[in-house]
Amino acid sequence: MGGKVITITSGKGGVGKTTTTANIGVALARLNQKVVMIDADIGLRNLDIVMGLENRIVYDLVDVVEGRCKARQAMIKHKTFPELYLIPAAQTRDKTAVSPADMIQLTDGLRTEFDFIIIDSPAGIERGFRNAVAAADDVLIVTNPEVSAVRDADRVIGLLEAENKGPGQLILNRVKQDMIRRGEMLSPEDVTDLLAIKLIGIVPEDETVIPSSNSGIPVTLNDKSLAGLAFRNIARRLLGEEVPFIQLSESKGLFKRIARLFAGGER
Amino acid sequence: MREQTTVAIKGVKDGLLVTVSESEEWQIIMNDLAARIDHQSAFFNGARITLDVGSRPVRRDELSSLKAMLERRNISLWSVMSDSATSIDAASALDVRAAQTTSTTQGAKPDAAPFNPEEDGTIGVMIRRTLRSGRTVHSHGHVVIYGDVNAGAEIIAAGDVIVWGRLRGNVHAGADGDESAVICALDMTPTQIRIAGYISIPPKDKRHKPKPETATIRDRQIVVVTWD
Repeated sequence: MGGKVITITSGKGGVGKTTTTANIGVALARLNQKVVMIDADIGLRNLDIVMGLENRIVYDLVDVVEGRCKARQAMIKHKTFPELYLIPAAQTRDKTAVSPADMIQLTDGLRTEFDFIIIDSPAGIERGFRNAVAAADDVLIVTNPEVSAVRDADRVIGLLEAENKGPGQLILNRVKQDMIRRGEMLSPEDVTDLLAIKLIGIVPEDETVIPSSNSGIPVTLNDKSLAGLAFRNIARRLLGEEVPFIQLSESKGLFKRIARLFAGGER
Repeated sequence: MREQTTVAIKGVKDGLLVTVSESEEWQIIMNDLAARIDHQSAFFNGARITLDVGSRPVRRDELSSLKAMLERRNISLWSVMSDSATSIDAASALDVRAAQTTSTTQGAKPDAAPFNPEEDGTIGVMIRRTLRSGRTVHSHGHVVIYGDVNAGAEIIAAGDVIVWGRLRGNVHAGADGDESAVICALDMTPTQIRIAGYISIPPKDKRHKPKPETATIRDRQIVVVTWD
């Protein structure tokens, strides 16, 4: 069966699906994997921007499924990684332009050529979501450590289980350790306790993520970024490596941490 | 895949009618049916099935394993049609409504319920799975959940509701007006509970210790006490 289809979804919007897709795609390509990313968010395409490939689009996903071009023609090769491709979403159509069966057919054709096919799901639980998960071998659910995002993740996991695609693995994005310590943010333990699924990544809040996305250079290419490291670790875990989670420290630096240790605040 | 002629599925007015071979081994029928369902899981999800076994005598353990197989796939076994007394007895023993195919008077009565029940004509439904957000269970009988009921999930039962796990969602017991209905959970931290016409919003205590509790109506209000 060849390559693996991984869908990245969340239920709630704005939790970082597209950023996660872009970064995992790039991180896998850096590990010498052949990767194709598919933006399934038809009508609201974004992945091409985050990947810095917007100006190279000729054909899109809808052109492929409607037979106006071959999948190969819609695939945009990445500037740095010759084995990393993107099939962009159409901007002028909507989710109904593609069916779950189309996605299965498309990905089946790509499995022989690629190690990973990564699908960026739209927010929501309707047609676009069903398109995105139809072909998935594995599903990664992105959530933030806040109650509303976790609630939506729970709903999505329930839907995945009902389709025998579940429960999937969890990526906890935008984690702020100092807020967790103050009891203002759910901790990874709180979230896994609620959702009862396996964590595959904990990504810290990182101010370099947004400028990276804006400039089309995913943050995982920045070796100084902690979020970038977290995404590289997720990619290694997808390849079956055992990688410990990053010990998240606070942004305040070592001195403060030592001070708190003496104050008995460090866990 | 092997040609599956042991199982025929067609849509009928109130669900799916599954007709199974009268001669094939039960295990093979189960496997074929499971394969058909898994092949189109989205289509079957949440469906209710009427099982026509013809004159085949289906034992209670056979029917029970089929029912469990369906429930694992979020499908309810709604009724069994047969002209074998063994099959009818098996269905009755499992609280599945049974219809004698040769008789016109016995069996299924029209359903006048205001909502679409998970299982009808039963004294209860047992669900061995965590109910995640968005999942709803309706029953004209009691409901037992062997798992958690997450926030955003909802149970509405005419009878009692027992949660062998954490209750974080919404539960309405005695929904038809039975004020003697109870709600039990190993860890009672619901969003809201209702018994008959009463509504209760539990107080928010941050770090509470999980303990089994029971909610009942006393003196015209819902009270929650330790489950003993």
